[in-house]
Amino acid sequence: MPLSLLIAIILIIGVVGYVLGRRRAMASAGGDSRGLHSLPVYYGSNVLLSVLVPAFAFIIIALIVIPLYIDTHVSAMITEADIGEGSSLGLVMAEVRRVAEGLDNAVAMGAISDEMARNAGANASDMAQRLRDAGQVITGEVTGNILAAAQEYRATSKILHVGMIVMALVIALGGFAFGYRRTEKDFRARNVVERVILAILIAAASVAILTTIGIILSLIFNTIEFFRIYPFTEFFFGLNWSPSFSGRGGSSELGFVPLLWGTLYISFIALSVAVPIGLFAAVYLSEYASPRVRSVAKPALEVLAGIPTIVYGLFALLTIGPMLTTVFGRDGLGWMGGASSVMTAGLVMGIMLIPFVSSLSDDIINAVPQAMRDGSLGLGATKSETIKQVILPAALPGIVGAILLAASRAIGETMIVVMGAGAAARLSLNPFEAMTTVTAKIVSQLTGDSDFSSPEALVAFALGMSLFVITLGMNILALHIVQKYREQYD
Amino acid sequence: MYDTPKSGVDVDAREVKISARGVQVFYGDTHAIKDVDVEIQDKMVTAFIGPSGCGKSTFLRCLNRMNDTIDICRVEGNINLDGENIYDAKVDPVQLRAKVGMVFQKPNPFPKSIYDNIAYGPRIHGLAKNKADLDEIVEKSLRRGAIWDEVKDRLHAPGTGLSGGQQQRLCIARAVATEPEVLLMDEPCSALDPIATAQVEELIDELRGNYSVVIVTHSMQQAARVSQKTAFFHLGNLVEFGETGQIFTNPEDPRTESYITGRIG
Repeated sequence: MPLSLLIAIILIIGVVGYVLGRRRAMASAGGDSRGLHSLPVYYGSNVLLSVLVPAFAFIIIALIVIPLYIDTHVSAMITEADIGEGSSLGLVMAEVRRVAEGLDNAVAMGAISDEMARNAGANASDMAQRLRDAGQVITGEVTGNILAAAQEYRATSKILHVGMIVMALVIALGGFAFGYRRTEKDFRARNVVERVILAILIAAASVAILTTIGIILSLIFNTIEFFRIYPFTEFFFGLNWSPSFSGRGGSSELGFVPLLWGTLYISFIALSVAVPIGLFAAVYLSEYASPRVRSVAKPALEVLAGIPTIVYGLFALLTIGPMLTTVFGRDGLGWMGGASSVMTAGLVMGIMLIPFVSSLSDDIINAVPQAMRDGSLGLGATKSETIKQVILPAALPGIVGAILLAASRAIGETMIVVMGAGAAARLSLNPFEAMTTVTAKIVSQLTGDSDFSSPEALVAFALGMSLFVITLGMNILALHIVQKYREQYD
Repeated sequence: MYDTPKSGVDVDAREVKISARGVQVFYGDTHAIKDVDVEIQDKMVTAFIGPSGCGKSTFLRCLNRMNDTIDICRVEGNINLDGENIYDAKVDPVQLRAKVGMVFQKPNPFPKSIYDNIAYGPRIHGLAKNKADLDEIVEKSLRRGAIWDEVKDRLHAPGTGLSGGQQQRLCIARAVATEPEVLLMDEPCSALDPIATAQVEELIDELRGNYSVVIVTHSMQQAARVSQKTAFFHLGNLVEFGETGQIFTNPEDPRTESYITGRIG
């Protein structure tokens, strides 16, 4: 039975429970809903939730636990001999799963019978050939042991799957009986239902937090792994970034400084574009624009924020880069080697950040009470004096927060850098030279061919961790500033 | 039941500071002020009273062209300050507002220090030649605002940290610092407790010595206590305008009588 059918059956049980629960509650109060503790709808919902929550919780847990159990159970069958040179248990297990899946598909297609698939004495190479003939992807060599493991894998997973379905249905029916029997007119159904809803809300909130923790943990473990094989000081203070991709390692220099420098330099240029333009746009929109202009211009500006960064990357590569080259390149001032440069990426990234700065600042400037403007205008200040001396200082904390958020975006940006700034890690002050950033290097280190346990690949996690700490720090600082000064007026 | 006007001022002998003739105000299609004629005399407190929405605040805001900041607002008629029409095309509303200061209903100190709040106007208008000059203006204004003794030790603390009554007196001192000729007050005590109200009222009475003060108030007792002349507005019309004692003891119009005795409002 497929999972979707199981879920549908449980839902049907739940809906039936809702109707019956509601009816039973009404009956227990003699048909008058005022005799009930809660509204009739809560009695129905109580039965519905008693069916759905435990059953679905069980299914979720089962779906996580069953594959884990099967893996450990089956991998015990794999011997040292099955794991060839340069291979690992993980690879062999992947092969086992592939064969098991191939058997399933072949049976489903009718290429082999179910008995044949389960036959413990089957010849491994013969079976592999049959599977290949049936169009199944079998990559490695199938030994007898692997075939046996695959057959065991199939058998266990089938038993457990059926067991899970039966168990889930039993739990759903049990929940139904439990909820239905509790239903009578003095049962505090509303309180129970609201408590369950609260629990669901809490669970939803914790998913986001748990995911963050999971991300940090996965970064931390790999980062620790990296620092075990690569010295801490050389990473943080090394001035050279030249990973060797030969796979033998040893000759790689993995210095963080040139990448950090590239990141900060590009972000700096991006912010020097975005902050003035964004702020001026915000002042215009909030103080000078008529409501009609504002209602058109603000969404138009925010459209910029919706453009995928890869499109900005194309813009950098095809438009801004060549434009800068004609002025600063070999035919012009001669400062620029190719179209890729810090300036190219910085300018485009700045354009991308304008709506972040302008939209947030606009909201913040609008939040400054009208009384401040009236007070200043009433003293004979002009509009521009009012903006410069009263509105902007009052909005400053929020604006700083907005700028810091934009800065975190700039630091984390990848695509524009890959396409606009080049890939060479370099410590240079010339903004027309190609440089690269931490994020771009994370991509190139992990998408390369290098072994996952080599320092060249693991360094990506150390880079990611450093970046995470930097942007986290900036976000905390931004939140702190915004919060600390939020209620200064009023 | 009402206090008599302070110390028997001779109301008619004073020169006219602001004279309004046939003033009409529209908010979009709404006719908010209908044909109002008022003469406001120098060195005297004039009170505008009337029920909510009667247009008294709107009219007050016409006197220093604060209504210009509202897009849909349109003003017709003549308002003369010292014989010069303030709605004339060659009058700069910014200059006008320096001459006609305003204090608002809710205290609105800027999120700056007490000193900077007061120094804001003088700095903008270039009233001080140097730091010592500015210090002097700040001190003088705070003294006029009757708040100097309370804040002299913390001039550089934020103005928003003061209590409500102190904030309002700070705002009055701020308005006084630009040396206006007329001071408009839009319900200056409505957000204050009785003690702070009493302090502000006392201050208004002192300010009368130097300025022409126009105050909008919901409290008839307050109008009776601080003003020499009172104007009663109702539904956008100026119903009655005259000496405060006259208005409160012997009103001519039946609507005025109904309002001050609490039958309409």
